[in-house]
Amino acid sequence: MKLSGSRILIESLKAEGVDTIFGLPGGVVLPLYDALYDADIKHILVRHEQGAAHMADGYSRATGRCGVALVTSGPGATNTVTGIATAYMDSIPMVVFTGQVNSNLIGNDAFQEADIIGMTRPCTKHSYLVRDTRELAQTVKEAFYIAMSGKPGPVVVDLPRDVLVKEVEYVVPGKVLLRSYHPTVEGHMAQVKKAFERIKEAKRPVLYVGGGMILANASAELLKFVDASKIPVTTTLMALGSVPTSNPFFLGMLGMHGTYAANMAMHETDLMIAFGARFDDRVTGRLDAFAQNCDIIHVDVDPTSISKNVTAHIPVVGDLLDVMKKLNGLFGGDKTDWDGKHREWNKTVDEWKSLYPYRYEKSDAGVIKPQYVVEQICKLAIGREAIYTTEVGQAQMWAAQFLTLDAPRTFLTSGGLGTMGYGLPAAIGAQAAYPDRLVVDIAGDGSIQMNIQELATAVQYGLNVKVAILNNGCLGMVRQWQELFFKKRYSHSDLRSGPDFVKLADAYGAVGLRATKESEVRDVLKEAFDVKRPVVMDFVVEREEKVFPMVPGGGTVKDIILL
Amino acid sequence: MRRHTISILVENRFGVLSRVSGLFSGRGYNIESLTVAETNDPQISRMTIVTRGEERVIEQIDKQLNKLIDVIKVMDVTSEDHVERELVLVKINAEEKNREEILRMAEIFRGKVVDVSPKSYTVEITGSESKIQGFLEMVRPLGIQEMSRGGKVAISRGAKLLAPK
Repeated sequence: MKLSGSRILIESLKAEGVDTIFGLPGGVVLPLYDALYDADIKHILVRHEQGAAHMADGYSRATGRCGVALVTSGPGATNTVTGIATAYMDSIPMVVFTGQVNSNLIGNDAFQEADIIGMTRPCTKHSYLVRDTRELAQTVKEAFYIAMSGKPGPVVVDLPRDVLVKEVEYVVPGKVLLRSYHPTVEGHMAQVKKAFERIKEAKRPVLYVGGGMILANASAELLKFVDASKIPVTTTLMALGSVPTSNPFFLGMLGMHGTYAANMAMHETDLMIAFGARFDDRVTGRLDAFAQNCDIIHVDVDPTSISKNVTAHIPVVGDLLDVMKKLNGLFGGDKTDWDGKHREWNKTVDEWKSLYPYRYEKSDAGVIKPQYVVEQICKLAIGREAIYTTEVGQAQMWAAQFLTLDAPRTFLTSGGLGTMGYGLPAAIGAQAAYPDRLVVDIAGDGSIQMNIQELATAVQYGLNVKVAILNNGCLGMVRQWQELFFKKRYSHSDLRSGPDFVKLADAYGAVGLRATKESEVRDVLKEAFDVKRPVVMDFVVEREEKVFPMVPGGGTVKDIILL
Repeated sequence: MRRHTISILVENRFGVLSRVSGLFSGRGYNIESLTVAETNDPQISRMTIVTRGEERVIEQIDKQLNKLIDVIKVMDVTSEDHVERELVLVKINAEEKNREEILRMAEIFRGKVVDVSPKSYTVEITGSESKIQGFLEMVRPLGIQEMSRGGKVAISRGAKLLAPK
């Protein structure tokens, strides 16, 4: 059967099980959009291509499936770059299809031409410029396989217009066989045993869990491991949700704005057990003062993450689901009294936990504390299977600190790249996957303006996301650093000129609500969660509120600033 | 910081060179020289990269290269018994009084004169880096008009092969 490249692409997407794509049409991809017109795939029309990339990313983080974005050439493609880089830094699987000018025009500075393969090379796992329609089906299959396997990541497929138009015989592609790509999935049993034996010897072990745990869908295995070993566990920002907040062994998040207990445990431990984490500088602080008195076991599917920043004593390369199962299997024949062995250590850790939990000074005069809003969001979201997304900055950190999470894939945040403007489109992507769940974007008044246009997308498709703006009239985290480290010289961080978010929401056809006093917060949230429309909540919060605790950049736990 | 010669087999595809060179520039690894050409299997190219770094950096380079989808195999030949060669073409001032000296030097270094003009001799030398360095030092006083030096190529000795699985 002869099919156009456009039709072949749609068949290929269906073969991959794609049900939703996020995109925006333009010149060279019109043949493809024509084929999409009556195709059995849901397409969400965005207002800016960065939104499409973040939506595909949010869809992927919420579901564990591969996100898909589709954009035109030139500016359409370049607009996705921040979204692609965001996904790359957090290892999120997605495939971005970009239009390209006709093959014979490539390199001629044609209208809307951009070398998107060249531009995205450092922020993609892999990329393809399809040069022949006959290669298209196989390429799409490879792209999805590469995006999803091993350490996941974004893949760009660049589609010249003529490739989309030409008709060729459609051959269903066979299995993907790449001689140059064999990710190590199965953890080496001898290494796993070695790790287990070392864990048995440890006196003050701590689990340091990263986003890999969520990507590998291994959270249930992790909980079994924690339960069996009685080892206290801290997670990175990326792994929040992999351990329920209420788990007695959970220390909270570690790192710059992590808990005192987590950072102390990481400092005092004699065995750091890193699962799918990459020793990012926001976690380690000053490298030469980090993990000085402990051995490190590091399990990761990505060999480049092991011993990159900090040397691992026992490296285990493999998919976490496989390795966790193998580790859990070893408890069976083992006679260690884990409870007794770690009793003292857990007591110490619990003291740290009760000494300095996350806290904030309660409001006087009814001024809204941002942390209070986050707490109330959680309380009122009970029973709604909530998914939270965040923007980046103070609001993100308060969300990380004060949300109660009980499942993986319910906290979607740009950890690695730290992309302001991520939260709203990511929320829309998650909502597209789960129309009946409550999806809340916890935003700042700065970040939300970076992709506010996607409110129109939410309204158009009835994707009823709830945006909670913690509005402090400034770029809060910038201001916090300026206050603490730049002598209160608030250089260009003031945002008090607005806009009026309630009117803005109204203009977009969404619901706009505002609270200026603490007593109004719960009513606003209740109304927002109940109404079947996208909502923007403008919480006018205490301007001077800061995120604590804080280990200043390049510092150690000894430099921690508590409240 | 030791110098390492790394041989890489890659899929002979559009854009592979930029993926490899971009990896080096993006992560701040240095490249002293880089050569690339097709192998006996036209679907595979072989690159030879000379770089410098602490062991830790070299280990990262090896892992990062392996992470590239189009990279088939990586070998740090520095750790193997191996042969390295370079090639240089040097255009040397060939005034009346110099010509004898150029020919003598070319002969001592087992080079070849590959082009002759009234004002210049072009000499081709292959060999180890130190041999080429030696030759250049000898002819520098005569006046080098231009030179074109290729990057290093390397191969391990004996039975050890760099080949796809």
